[in-house]
Amino acid sequence: MTMNDMRMESRVQNAVNKIEARKVQVYYGENHAIKDVDVVIPDKAVTAFIGPSGCGKSTFLRCLNRMNDTISVCRVEGLIQLDGENIYDKRVDPVQLRAKVGMVFQKPNPFPKSIYDNVAYGPRIHGLSRTKAELDEIVESSLRKAALWNEVKDRLHAPGTGLSGGQQQRLCIARAIATSPEVLLMDEPCSALDPIATAQVEELIDELRSAFSVVIVTHSMQQAARVSQHTAFFHLGHLVEYGETGQIFTNPQDPRTESYITGRIG
Amino acid sequence: MTAAKSADPVPSIYTTSPAMQRRNAAETRFRLYGLVAIALSLSLLAVMLVTIFRDGTSSFFQARLSYTVELTEKVLDPKGNRNRDEMTKVTTVGYGKVLSAGLMATLEARNIDLGGLKPKEVAELISKDAAGGLRAKVLADPALVGSTIEVSVFAAGRVDGFLKGRVTMESAKLDSNISPEQLELADRMRTAGILSSGWNWDFFTNPDASDQRPEAAGLGVALIGSLYLMILVALMCVPVGVAASIYLEEFAPKNTLTDAIEVNVSNLAAVPSIVYGILGLSIFINVFGLPQSSSLVGALVISLMTLPTIIIATRAAIRAVPPSIRDAALGVGASKMQTVFHHVLPLAMPGILTGTILGLAAGLGQSAPLLLIGMVAFVDNHPAPPLDGFLDPATALPVQIYTWVTRSDPAFVERSNGAIIVLLAFLVVMNLLAILARRKFERRW
Repeated sequence: MTMNDMRMESRVQNAVNKIEARKVQVYYGENHAIKDVDVVIPDKAVTAFIGPSGCGKSTFLRCLNRMNDTISVCRVEGLIQLDGENIYDKRVDPVQLRAKVGMVFQKPNPFPKSIYDNVAYGPRIHGLSRTKAELDEIVESSLRKAALWNEVKDRLHAPGTGLSGGQQQRLCIARAIATSPEVLLMDEPCSALDPIATAQVEELIDELRSAFSVVIVTHSMQQAARVSQHTAFFHLGHLVEYGETGQIFTNPQDPRTESYITGRIG
Repeated sequence: MTAAKSADPVPSIYTTSPAMQRRNAAETRFRLYGLVAIALSLSLLAVMLVTIFRDGTSSFFQARLSYTVELTEKVLDPKGNRNRDEMTKVTTVGYGKVLSAGLMATLEARNIDLGGLKPKEVAELISKDAAGGLRAKVLADPALVGSTIEVSVFAAGRVDGFLKGRVTMESAKLDSNISPEQLELADRMRTAGILSSGWNWDFFTNPDASDQRPEAAGLGVALIGSLYLMILVALMCVPVGVAASIYLEEFAPKNTLTDAIEVNVSNLAAVPSIVYGILGLSIFINVFGLPQSSSLVGALVISLMTLPTIIIATRAAIRAVPPSIRDAALGVGASKMQTVFHHVLPLAMPGILTGTILGLAAGLGQSAPLLLIGMVAFVDNHPAPPLDGFLDPATALPVQIYTWVTRSDPAFVERSNGAIIVLLAFLVVMNLLAILARRKFERRW
């Protein structure tokens, strides 16, 4: 079976699947961090990766937009397809890929620039707007989608680092969606936030589902249960179980999943 | 068990246990050591500054003789045609005669007692530098010949020393350059207002002077030389140093070669500066044939030794930028270079600037490598303006200090202290710039 056939097949069979990973292996030098992971991430839905610390869920997430390329000892094997195209193909420029697969990090990391410039940075470097008015529009709509517009519309030129933690994280989400990505990767986006800010971001994630395919890594099983439609449980580098969120939490097939969600391991 | 325990008196928190007392005593002792260390270094600094300022500030003031001189045509323009080319045949000896005749006439007119001194001895009160200055003035404007003009010329170095208290009647008895009678005359001239001490701009503009006329020696060439050195070092070091640091820190693969480069950059920073001087002499002068004593060669040598400092400071500044900023930029699809130039460099800028300015300041204070490439030479002419001037012979502030300290006349020692004050002022200004740059570019994240 050639590459081409596979791509045709996947497009036909999984029209709503955004990302398909097959037999993914990740090595950090000698350390085999991700083993044989197969996962299919649907479009317009939230997929949660859960698991104890060090299980490889963040590592796997960072493979999906090739952020691991920046770590020199990191090696990725296997196949990861975005819309049926191998993202590790030689012809793929990772910089271009990251415009399509946006990312939000664990700690809010706004640039030390104004709120406006934070959101406008992506569209500027990708040339998404020709005029100032277009750019203003992108900034406004991104901030609206990130549910931050009403709070910052009067101080767009104030520094982004002056916002509260939750606002900063929503600013980072606005920045990520300003480049109109198709997939949004979120690496424990609420772990540095208080419960109120967490609730706001979770609500936002639920809204983002209508436009993007969202993948979220989380430590909190309650959060996975609240925001996601699909859940993948990682343990020691293996993808132990993957399925509908409801099924994973109510009727896990694997004893390890059950032990984790009932709090016996983790 | 419980009974036994309750029998022990429970120690009150109001009493300090012996172990705790020992710990507190140790802490008090340690604080004391720190205070002593700081007091010691501050007092040493104070002693150094006080000594330098005590011995050096006088070099900014200089004794001058102000009187009228008749520019006798018979001596200065024997043919009487005001032809500049013919007038150049009259040497400084002729102008010296005119100056001393003028002084004698003034003293006579003001009824000042010569104390039995011969005209030749009176003339010794005038600096040997004065005749050259008057000659240049007259040659620039031949029409002055025949007129009577007001002059303000340096007094001889010993007379200046007398006004500053360095030369006394007792020391003059043992001095072949000055006699107590001459000093007494100088004292009468001071009372008459002919001799006075004032602010000496010439100290900052004049070139170095020979042993016979220390009063005319100035920092002009050294200041220009140091300025040229700093300009050239900044132009060569900053782009190369910053580019090298960015490449090593952000782009270079981590392998044995880059490790070796990193270790060697640190080693280069520790190489004694005189070794760079030898390198400059053998490579830049002997192989490339660049003119010796020139600011360009000096700057190349100082660049070699400043570069490692700048690279180390810049790499540290780049490394201090939080990785989350790089992740953020890469995450929205910025290329590596956009990440570095849009986000990392602006954040590293205060550190880079501080490191660079401090590196340059260290370069400004270097003397050993400059000695080897001939910037220690006696340079009587100011270097031309850039770019030609970069190839002209020049000297630098630290080297000028070194040269003056080695001269025998105490007037030069005073001047070397004055030069140290100027050098310190430069360093303070550069450090202030570093602080201001840090303030201006500092951004919080």
